[in-house]
Amino acid sequence: MADRQNVLRLEGVTKAYNVGTPVEVEVLHGIDLSLMRGEFVALMGPSGSGKSTLLNIIGLLDRPTSGRLFIEGHETSMLDDAALTRLRGHSIGFVFQYHYLISAFTALENVMMPMLVERSFPDAAMKERAESLLAQVGLTQWQNNLATNMSGGQQQRVAIARSLAMNPALILADEPTGNLDTKSADTVLEMMRRINVENGTTFLIVTHSNDLARRCDRTVEVVDGRMTATSG
Amino acid sequence: MNPWAPFEWITALRFLREGRMQTLFIIAGVSIGVGVIVFMSAMLTGLQANFIKRVLTSQPHIQLIPPDEVARPLRNGSGIIPAAIVQRPAQRLRSIDQWQKVRQQLLQWSEIITVSPTVTASALAVRGDASRSISLSGIDPEVYFNIVRVPDYIVAGQPRVTSEDIIIGLDLAKDLGVTVADKLNVSSATGSTRVLTVSGIFDFGNKGANMRSTFVALRTAQALSRLVGGVTSIDLTVSDVYAAETVARAVQASTGVQADSWIKTNAQFFTAVNAQQSSNTMIRLFVGLSVAFGIASVLVVSVIQRSKDIGILRAMGTSQGQILRVFLLQGGLLGLAGSIIGSGLGAGALVMWHTYMRQADGTELFPLILETRLFASAILLAAVTGVAAAAVPAIRAARLDPVVAIRG
Repeated sequence: MADRQNVLRLEGVTKAYNVGTPVEVEVLHGIDLSLMRGEFVALMGPSGSGKSTLLNIIGLLDRPTSGRLFIEGHETSMLDDAALTRLRGHSIGFVFQYHYLISAFTALENVMMPMLVERSFPDAAMKERAESLLAQVGLTQWQNNLATNMSGGQQQRVAIARSLAMNPALILADEPTGNLDTKSADTVLEMMRRINVENGTTFLIVTHSNDLARRCDRTVEVVDGRMTATSG
Repeated sequence: MNPWAPFEWITALRFLREGRMQTLFIIAGVSIGVGVIVFMSAMLTGLQANFIKRVLTSQPHIQLIPPDEVARPLRNGSGIIPAAIVQRPAQRLRSIDQWQKVRQQLLQWSEIITVSPTVTASALAVRGDASRSISLSGIDPEVYFNIVRVPDYIVAGQPRVTSEDIIIGLDLAKDLGVTVADKLNVSSATGSTRVLTVSGIFDFGNKGANMRSTFVALRTAQALSRLVGGVTSIDLTVSDVYAAETVARAVQASTGVQADSWIKTNAQFFTAVNAQQSSNTMIRLFVGLSVAFGIASVLVVSVIQRSKDIGILRAMGTSQGQILRVFLLQGGLLGLAGSIIGSGLGAGALVMWHTYMRQADGTELFPLILETRLFASAILLAAVTGVAAAAVPAIRAARLDPVVAIRG
């Protein structure tokens, strides 16, 4: 059922690999999770617990073996690949641990990219929005730098600006500060929090850092493919 | 970013620009390949045109001759053949039956340019004690010179053929010790003799032809060979020299007169031209294939190198079709850029070759033929080859699982 305030809902989501073979392995066992608009949530768990698999399923990069997944009220199991790609482009932004900007483009162009993918031809409005997003993350003077000519912290801020380009309801961040020094990590986290408060964007942040988790609204924990605790 | 270029163009160009070393090397490879194709094609076109021009300026494209005389076995009423062995009759000099009507008929054909009735007979040229056997061609100069360009080869005198004139070759003139305005006795096999004046001396560049070929007025040849009012052949030129055999067959079917095309009478030459064309096609095909594999291998590597970029693009909502087009475009652009440079290289090499490679007498080895069509087709073909070569890597890129691609 569509719920305006409900950005993400998982109902009994499982994920198994090598289905139907003797080496079938289930990595997620019936995950239930719900995120409301404007929430800032940490997703924790030991390595190999299924966090990344869960994040890929939520990010529509992978499909669950069973269970249902709703993004902004849209049930996704019946959608084909093209529709999933469109929904992903509109509703979800990604921030990865290793920032992954496209090195052939400048910071500004990287931020414009999701809009360019959607609308095909670049225009002034796109540029304006990208500039304002870069201003939000404090990188106006770096906007014409190629991604390769920026520090890790700067690149991660560009990645955050890029994830906001389509004004998505949900941003999935996979250890966004894992590869940064303490100062840069702090800046990036503060920035995400500010965007969360100002824009009402929901954040789901995969992290190993208890410090980061403490600064979130709540923490969900996955152990051995099961949701074990929700706190906050 | 150029506001007129769509996402696929912008991304393809940026990817090519970023991997500029790879891009430059593959463009150089494609350029060399296309350059070789352009150079070879243009040179062979020139050489062939030259060969054909040389062959076809000394003979008609189609020659109509009277059918061979044949002896039929004698049969009696019961169907028994009394004399089973029939000797082939000697082919006497005969005229084409109703040649004026045939000529009129041929003049109506759009494919036929020139129709020249000719009498060809053997004769003896005599001067004092010296005599040489000659081939006497009785011609109507106004039309015949459009087929065999005798005036182009005249080295002394004029290409004039009145009823008292004869044009002879350089070697015959030397042997008989004659020059322009000297008299020659010409005796035919039928016993007729005429005294003719040497009006011009030609040099065909071939000793045999210079010794034997002579040209007189049609009426003179008719009188000497006792074929008054008759012609032994009708020589034709056609608009498309390669269609000569087809036209010859149609002419034979329509007129009932035997028609031999230059393709039939120069079968070996024509086979050589065809063999040259086939080997040229094979070389072009293999050079084209190596260009295609070059582009494909560069793009396969590029897909591997860019798998993370592809994963990110897919994560931000880029469709499989868009990724596919980005890589197809890169293939097409590499082909296009390489072919434009290659066409220039090929043309440059051709001009240099044409300038520096000369025959012993300093004349050109082959005519320089730079057809726009050749360049246009080379460029178009290379671009299409580039797109086709990019198909496999592009499909691979489009099918990359974004999860795997991002993890690398």
